Amino acid sequence: MSKILEKELFSKNVAKFIIDAPSIAKSRKPGHFVIIRLGEKGERIPLTIAGSDVEKGTITLVVQKVGVTSAKLLSMEAGDEIRDVVGPLGEATHIEKVGTVLCAGGGVGVAPLLPIIEGFKKAGNRVITVLAARTKDLIILEDQVREFSDEVIVMTDDGSSGKKGLVTAGMEEVINREKVDLSVVIGPAIMMKFAALTTKKYNIKTYASLNTIMVDGTGMCGACRITVGGKTKFVCVDGPEFDAHQVDFDQMLTRLGAYKDEELKAYERYMETVQNA
Amino acid sequence: MENIIDYLKAERSQEWRAELRKSMKAKERTSAKRAEMPEEDPNYRNTNTVEVNKGLTEKQAFAEAKRCLDCPDPTCIQGCPVGINIPKFIKRIDQGNVLEAAKVLKETNGLPAVCGRVCPQEKQCEASCFYTIKMGATPVAIGFLERFAADYERNSGKMAVPEISENNGIKVAVVGSGPAGLAASGDLAKYGYDVTVFEALHEIGGVLKYGIPEFRLPNEVVDVEINNLRKMGVKFVPNFIVGKTASFDDLKEQGFQAFFVGSGAGLPRFMNIPGENYNGIFSSNEYLTRVNLMNAAKEEFDTPVISGKNVAVIGGGNTAMDSVRVAKRLGAERAMIIYRRSEEEMPARVEEVKHAKEEGIEFMNLHNPLEYYADDKGRVKSVKIQKMELGEPDASGRRRPIPIEGSEFIIDVDTVVVSVGVSPNPLIPKSLSQLKVTDWGTIVVDPNTMQSSMPELFAGGDIVRGGATVILAMGDGRKAAAGIHKYLSEKVKA
Repeated sequence: MSKILEKELFSKNVAKFIIDAPSIAKSRKPGHFVIIRLGEKGERIPLTIAGSDVEKGTITLVVQKVGVTSAKLLSMEAGDEIRDVVGPLGEATHIEKVGTVLCAGGGVGVAPLLPIIEGFKKAGNRVITVLAARTKDLIILEDQVREFSDEVIVMTDDGSSGKKGLVTAGMEEVINREKVDLSVVIGPAIMMKFAALTTKKYNIKTYASLNTIMVDGTGMCGACRITVGGKTKFVCVDGPEFDAHQVDFDQMLTRLGAYKDEELKAYERYMETVQNA
Repeated sequence: MENIIDYLKAERSQEWRAELRKSMKAKERTSAKRAEMPEEDPNYRNTNTVEVNKGLTEKQAFAEAKRCLDCPDPTCIQGCPVGINIPKFIKRIDQGNVLEAAKVLKETNGLPAVCGRVCPQEKQCEASCFYTIKMGATPVAIGFLERFAADYERNSGKMAVPEISENNGIKVAVVGSGPAGLAASGDLAKYGYDVTVFEALHEIGGVLKYGIPEFRLPNEVVDVEINNLRKMGVKFVPNFIVGKTASFDDLKEQGFQAFFVGSGAGLPRFMNIPGENYNGIFSSNEYLTRVNLMNAAKEEFDTPVISGKNVAVIGGGNTAMDSVRVAKRLGAERAMIIYRRSEEEMPARVEEVKHAKEEGIEFMNLHNPLEYYADDKGRVKSVKIQKMELGEPDASGRRRPIPIEGSEFIIDVDTVVVSVGVSPNPLIPKSLSQLKVTDWGTIVVDPNTMQSSMPELFAGGDIVRGGATVILAMGDGRKAAAGIHKYLSEKVKA
């Protein structure tokens, strides 16, 4: 059992949770994720760790409502307990001094990107971050990102904050202006696909952190497998970060939709129980 | 070894056994027919998770126990990876003292109710039975009797907790709670160690829980055995990945002086053929985990599973049989095995193949998948398969399957389960750079003590063997416990 110590709503469907998990807080590094299961009948879902406090023994998770489990989690409050939290899982981000790092975060992808931004900054890199979302309310953690970035460019689809346009426009603005040595992109699969296409055009090495469907998260089941450079890789043990130019994002998008029908039905059932309650 | 022979002789010469032997003529014993396992009706059982084998009745068990000749040279014991004193436990049943029989089993086997169900006895003890090797007759049903004694004890409510030595306060960590880890922890507790078992998943039991389906091994049976270990003082910590949640060094700092790694072969193999990553194609590990561990088939559980109408399972092992029989139970109209060799070479137990056939599973032996095709949503819709024929024996001694050119054809499938083996889980070796591993990623150990290249670390089960059986894993666990005991005893003295 892991207790939720704090909850902060970023918007109607996005919340930050501070969770009591001392061992994970101590062991985790940027790029790592955890698997959680809310209750006895819950499913196991992966969530990338957005930060930790070793002294307090806590980890930070940022969750967007996309299905039953995330909806249930968002309905939980400080003091509630999550039945299972296991981790840290996956390979940590390889952080070193490379020069200029262009980070791009879409939606809640900014949360797992934050420790990576911090890591690269502390390793002595110039860090430029592009934050992108549909609209102003969905831009999260902007202040924290600014703390560790030399420059932050905000992009919104509707222009309600920063500049109007897609994440790729913000990235190209930087690339056309100065030399970029490395790029890290985290966000929805479709966003990462186009961000990767953009940096490929300019031959900039790029990492993407993939959020595929998982069950155990330890390499046992292969639900998370995707094709990278023509070979099948397991996101949970080989990743979650991969060379974005080698990832078959179309396959990833298809695989993310494997349970679309089942998920929709389950969500409708859940909403009925919530409304009846 | 001589000690064991002497011990067995002394046991055999005890009065009660001598009397039992005299009570019936050998000819009378050998003339009786082997007991048949009562089974659930195939057309009923293939719609639910009820256990297929119902267990021998008392009458059957007592009759079967009489068949055992209590040989002077019990070759059956040599066929048992954990060295159960087989004639002794069978003769206790023969005597009518079933609780005592269960105690005999537990002298060397912490999980008799599990082994009685899933061990391939026909390749082990029963293959070495006097009836098999000397008479060319059907062996004593050792496995059925093991299960009978264990179930009898469990249902009696008088379960014996094995005697344990006084707690010596020395902490030993067991990594993984599958059969290897459970066997090791039981023995380590008996030696008096302070044992903590760390498990990555949220459930204790490893493959016994996530892998083997309810209809072959009910979870309740496993839980009773785990609770027995708890009564012996073994502590279980779920959701803890050694090497990730905490390093081996962290655990050493916490006082753990030796480690047993039984982390299993948790990395499924795929065939790397075109289309294998389409939706609706699972590894058997994923398919079985969703259904067994996550209860995906039940609506009140959140984990989904795709329950197809046309399900193909690729492979011929026990896991393939489990998967295809699960598919049938989830409502498949057509559940089939696609296997590249013939039934004779199948690694699955004969009993599992028989049960599968009774339940309406189709077998496409001597067939091999070449490519999958998907619909416009990326869901598998068909598979191209090729016919095979058998050539000369290969390294495994089995005849090599050879493709027949031009024999390819396509069949409709909406779900595929790939069950072609597993590789060792990489998490532990990755976290210990100084640990010696083979090119296949299995941990290198001394086969007698199970000690690895790191003196304080012992290993066994699939992480050493690459893919074997529950009982071999348990045998490793026991051997490693003895190895750890020797290692720590010498260390304490030094």
